Parts: sequence; structure tokens; C-alpha cells
Amino acid sequence: MASITFREVEGSSLKYWLLFGGLGLFVLFGALAWNTMHHHGHVITGMDNQIVWGLPHVFAVFLIVAASGALNVASIASVFNKPMYKPLAPLSAILSLALMLGGLLVLVLDLGRSDRLIVAMTHFNFKSMFTWNVFLYSGFFGLVGIYLWTMLDRSVKTYSKAAGTAAFIWRLTLTTGTGSLFGFLVARELYGTAMLAPMFIIMSFAYGLAIYLMVLAAAYAWTGRPLGDAVMMRLKSLLVVFVAAVLYFVVVQHMTSLYFTKFHAVEAFILRDGGIFTTLFWVGQIVIGCVVPLVILLSGLGKQRTWIMIACALVILGGMVQMYVTIIGAQAYPLDMFPGLIEKSSFYDGVVHGYTPSMPELFLGLGGVAIALLVTVFAIKVLRLLPASLDDATVAKLEH
Amino acid sequence: MSELKSMSDNTPNSPERRRFIGAAAATAAGLAIAPGVILVEVAHGRSEEQGASSAVRWGMLVDATKCATGCNDCVTACSTENGWTPVAESAHPKQAPQWIRKLELQDPLTQMETNLPMMCQHCAEPPCVDVCPTGASFKRADGIVLVNRHTCIGCRYCMMACPYKARSLVHEPLNDTQKADVPRGIGCVESCTLCVQKVDRGDGNTACAEACTAAGHNALLFGDMNDPESEISKRLRELPTKQVRADLNLNLGVRYHGI
Amino acid sequence: MKRLLAVGAVVLTTAALAWAGSEAQPKASGAPKPVITKAVKGEQCVEPTDIMRRNHMKFLDHHRDQAVIEGVRTKKHSLKECINCHASEKTGSVAAAKDDFCVSCHSYAAVKIDCFDCHSTKPQGSVAMHPLNAETAHYKHQLAAQANSKVSAEEMAGVAQ
Repeated sequence: MASITFREVEGSSLKYWLLFGGLGLFVLFGALAWNTMHHHGHVITGMDNQIVWGLPHVFAVFLIVAASGALNVASIASVFNKPMYKPLAPLSAILSLALMLGGLLVLVLDLGRSDRLIVAMTHFNFKSMFTWNVFLYSGFFGLVGIYLWTMLDRSVKTYSKAAGTAAFIWRLTLTTGTGSLFGFLVARELYGTAMLAPMFIIMSFAYGLAIYLMVLAAAYAWTGRPLGDAVMMRLKSLLVVFVAAVLYFVVVQHMTSLYFTKFHAVEAFILRDGGIFTTLFWVGQIVIGCVVPLVILLSGLGKQRTWIMIACALVILGGMVQMYVTIIGAQAYPLDMFPGLIEKSSFYDGVVHGYTPSMPELFLGLGGVAIALLVTVFAIKVLRLLPASLDDATVAKLEH
Repeated sequence: MSELKSMSDNTPNSPERRRFIGAAAATAAGLAIAPGVILVEVAHGRSEEQGASSAVRWGMLVDATKCATGCNDCVTACSTENGWTPVAESAHPKQAPQWIRKLELQDPLTQMETNLPMMCQHCAEPPCVDVCPTGASFKRADGIVLVNRHTCIGCRYCMMACPYKARSLVHEPLNDTQKADVPRGIGCVESCTLCVQKVDRGDGNTACAEACTAAGHNALLFGDMNDPESEISKRLRELPTKQVRADLNLNLGVRYHGI
Repeated sequence: MKRLLAVGAVVLTTAALAWAGSEAQPKASGAPKPVITKAVKGEQCVEPTDIMRRNHMKFLDHHRDQAVIEGVRTKKHSLKECINCHASEKTGSVAAAKDDFCVSCHSYAAVKIDCFDCHSTKPQGSVAMHPLNAETAHYKHQLAAQANSKVSAEEMAGVAQ
């Protein structure tokens, strides 16, 4: 393989430190939000006994799913031996670690007893997907860390393929686990399906790659390093495939549910009668998240870098909305304990549950995003993660 | 030798006969007293050192035909016994815990109405126990499903998993208003405990069932479903009963008649 | 030269520390020592004092698992029973005021306790109605013997003293 020079980002300009500081500020706000929630209890949030998991979980699950997908580029390089992806691999690995860190922090800090994390790490119930997730997430950090090491340290370079394969299999298991968190719940009609695991996997591919593309383009544009069209076009085509696959899964899931009479009511809720959730589903998840990006990327606009970035941003936005609909929409629809009967109670049975996210929840979620980006911004300054140049000529040499 | 033997067999005062009569008398006395002894044990509960046993399965029979519209006695009794604020008095009703609530059901075709109390169904195969990451949600040997608040981390996964919306999160600090017998706290999840504090000290009944009986409705009957002679077992053999969401096959500890 | 300076710094620091900690200096006033009030009832604790001091957390830890998970509710190491004896007469609690039984030592030792997020710090009913509070115990029995319906703690408290 032709040698690619990896070089740290200089990171001494005012803009760099402003970015660093800005992200740090959001991390601080996130910490303050957690402190308030922990002190006063969840009464200050919009979550209640009906909407049990709210905005923090939307952010957390999105970041975790994206983290797994962000490793894709590196996997394609090491596991599937595509030479063009090899220089892209280190950034993919660090971004994956950073996103996972951000997502996990939000998840853990939203716990009702976040001071009891040690209990969660010492008491296990092996029938619970959450317990498996504790191991899967910790193992993820370990394996991807080792994988990154094999990419950076020439003396262990030969283990890169083995480490990459292990990380690849591990993260497929991890994302299956994340999807199964919901898939294993028989109580709610919108959960309790095996579809959720592979759907989460394909969503991870799309969201992870979209985030990776944006971070890559921003890093190269803001450091003045050349990023050629060969790389951009290849990644863009990959994103098209992933987004199309996400759309396919969503269509199949809803078509199947619509076939069962017993699911007609809940499907009508999501697709037609659910007010904000219906809007979010059609406009946010389908149009903004899938259709418009596909149109942009498949048309002539997809050759322009600005439009590619717009498409990536829309995919990310659509992904957040999808998580919102999946996590909160499913809770908004009441449990059907007595099918065919109208239910009423003082505990909000039988009625659609409203949810208004609160400020602490929003800032906690944004804090997780900020930590992920902060870690990435810092890592590319102290480690040799970014190739000095990714112009077409350099990349073309790799293909031999 | 044989003479001695024949003599001992036949005489009224033979040692064997005395032994036999003594044994028979003891057995008869024991049989007479034993039911009383067993009854006394049930009424006064187990001794302190004895833990919950799987020989017992606590359960409840709800007769929805006897449940009165607009009556909230069971809810009031539960909130008084266990120390939670009734939702009507709560400053944040949507975040207020409700261990038991009254459900009003209506058939849209016939407008026929049914009332019933809904609480933790104490499943034999509880989904909440399956999903709890720390094992805080657990089923005790005698069938009562509980939250061990020492290990609960407040993740609310059990609340997502419960098919009956039985669980509540404590959203705010309780400021030492808890009952001494019923510890509960901020950030932990809770639900109906079948008044485990009363069961363990031998009261033999739950607050809700006591209140319903005291009010004369007799819609709630608590007891040991493993004991064929208990009141609840006898009634379960007389009345047709159903489990809510029976298709989930969770083998519930709460059975309903009249739904 | 550098090495000399380093050695000198170490010697001086050691000397300063030794001087500060020596008996010749008056002790700096630190945190207020814990106030250990005698328990309301009983002659002595269920365990010897020095053993209880070192191991009360282990006893409580073991007992709570037995009580919750197995339903074994022995009184010896029960937190509720600790509270029944050790609740302060003034506040009726083990953790309300700064010199109440649990808080007093724990704030001195700076060991945060988690118990009272969930557990009541007060004994059941009022302190006055304690079974071992001899003056009023016989009133309680009298009342209970005559009562047709349940007598509440408030009513009982009205009888006492």
C-alpha cells in the first residue's frame, strides 16, 4: 500500500479554541442539567409515569446507534479490505468511541438513581438486555480502543484485521442488543418485534455514515487539508444505499403491522391520528430523513459538496425524529389491556399521553452530543488520526 | 417362649396393647389438635426466622360484578397503608405514583360498563423481572413481585415492560413522610406489594381487601392460592375467572371475575 | 546546585510538618465531635458497642437482603428496630437534627448514608407510645382491649402522658 501521511491537526487557531470552548460550554450545561435533575428528582422533567423514557433517551439511543455505524468505514477498510477506506479508518474509530461515550453518559445520567452506577456494574440479571448491554458497551470501548491502537502503532499493525473483525462482529451484536431493548418488550404493540434489531442495525449504518461524512468534510475544510471527490463520491454512494435500506425496513414494518386488524388502531395513531407524532413520522422521519436526502444524493445536486452536507444533516435530523417516534410515540399510545373496550382511569389509561420535553432534558441530551464532538476535536489534535491529504491523486495510489 | 408370647398377646394389660392404645390415643389427640395448630399458624403468620416459602402462593380474586362505580375505598386504603399521596391530592398528577387505580370500562357497542381495580398482577412469569438490569425487580418465593429498592437504579425499564402499567417512579424527594413499615424513595420504581408488610407479620390480608370488605362490597379476596382450603381457592373453584391480557400467558396472581 | 536546593526543600518541608503536628502546638479546632445520646429504651444495644461501631453497616447490609429477598424479618439487626431505640426524644428521629443518632456520627465521619432517602427516620407511631415506655404502655393495652374498631396512633397519643 502506498504510504499515507497521518498528521495531527495543529489546533492552535482562534477558531479551534472557540469551537473547543463552545462545545465545552454545552458540556457544562449538560452537567448542570444532570445536577438539577439528580437533586430535585425527575419531577422537574417532562417525563412522567406514562412517558417513562423521554428526550434524554432519544439522544442517548441515537448517539449509541450512530456510534456503532460510525465504525462502518473502518470495518470496510479492515474487514472487507477496501484500500480506499484505509486512510479513513482512524477517524472512524475515534468518532465511534466518542459518540458511544456521549450516548452512554446521557443514558447513565438520566437514571433515577444515577449515584448507583456501581450497583449497575456489580449486580447482574442475565435475562435482561440491559445487563448484556453493560458488557457490550464496555467491551465496545475495549475492542475499538485496541483496534485504534493497531491502526496507530506500526508495531501491532498486523493485528489490525483481527481487531477490526472482532470490533465489527461486536458492534453488530451491540446494535442488535440496542434494538432488542425494545424488541423484547411484549407489552407494547409498537415494540415486541424481531424487526427492531436489524432495523436498528441498518439505521446505525445510515446515521453513523452521515455523521462521519459531516465530521470528515468539516475537519478537512477547517484545517485547509485537501479532500478529493473520489472519497466523497464513494461515501455518498454508500450513504444512498443505507438510507434506501432504512426506508425499506420502515415500509415493511408498517405494512406488516397494517395487515393485522389488532394493530389497526396503533398504526392509525402513528400514520394518521397521532397529531405531533404523525407529523414527525411523515415529515421528519420519511420525507426529511429518507426521501429528500435520496433525491438530493441521486440527482445532479449530489455532486456538489454543499448539497451532500445538506443531505447528511437531513439524514441526521430524520434519525433523531425516528428515535423520537419510536421511543416516545410508542409510549404515547395507551396500553390495550381490554381490547375492544373503552378504558378510563385516574392513571391515564385509555388516553393518548402527551409529552413536553423540558429544558434539563434537552441540555442533558445536547451535552452528550457536545462531549462526543469535543472528544473528537481533541483527539484529532493530539493523535495522528487524519491523513495530511485525501486528494484524488493520493487516493488513486492506494488502489494499486 | 411361645407361652410367654401367647400370654402377652391375649391379656388386656399386655405391653403391646398398651403401646397400641397409647399410640392410637396420641394420634387421635394429635389429629384433633392439629387442625387448630395449623389454623393458629396461618392466622399468626410465620415466625421471624422463617422466610417466604414457595409452598404458599399469595393471590387476589377481584369480583368486578361487585365493584361499585365511583367507589375508591381500595385506593384510599392502599395509599393510607403504604404512605403514597392519592393522585387527587398530588401537585403533579401525571407524575404521581398509583399502586392501585380504578378502571372504568365501557363496551362501545352496548354501553355496558364494568368497574374494577387494577394493580400489579403479580405474574408468575413477570416481564418486569426479566428486564431489570440489576435484579431489583424480583419475584419472592411466595409469588409476591417486589422492587428491592436497595438495588434499583431507577432506569424505568420495568415500567416500559409491564403490560399492566402497574409501576410508578417516585419523581420527587419524599422528605421523611414514609411509613416506617413501607420504605420508598426518590428515583426508585414501586408498585403494589400485596401489603407484604402486613402479610409477613401475619395479618393475612391486604389493606385494599380489608377496606372493600369493611365497606360491604366484598369485591376483593386475598389469600393463598396454593392452599386448596383457603377462601380464595374455594371461590376460584366456584366462579369462572379470567386473567387480564391472558394471551400473554403470564400466569397471574390476580384473577378477575366478571370481565 | 539544583540537587542541593531539592534536598533543602524536602528537609524544610518535613521539619515544618513535624512542627505543625507536634504536641507543642495547640490543636486546631476541627469538626464538632459527634453527640451520642443514650437510646430511648433498653439497657444495651443488640451488639457490644465497639463491635456495632465497626460493623453496623455489615449487619444492616446482610439483614436488608434477608428481609427483602427472603422475607426473614428478624428484629436483631433490623434498621427499623435500631430506629425504635435510637430515635431522639427531642426530634423523634434518627436523622432529622444535626445531633440525632445516625447523622451525628456520619456527618463527623463525612460518610454519606443512603438509607433515609427511602426509610423513615422515625419509629412507627410517636415516641411516646413506645412499648417500653412504661408509663404509657398499660394505657395502650387497656384501650386495645376495649376497642371495637381500630384505634389510630393519634388517638393513642392523645391518651398518653
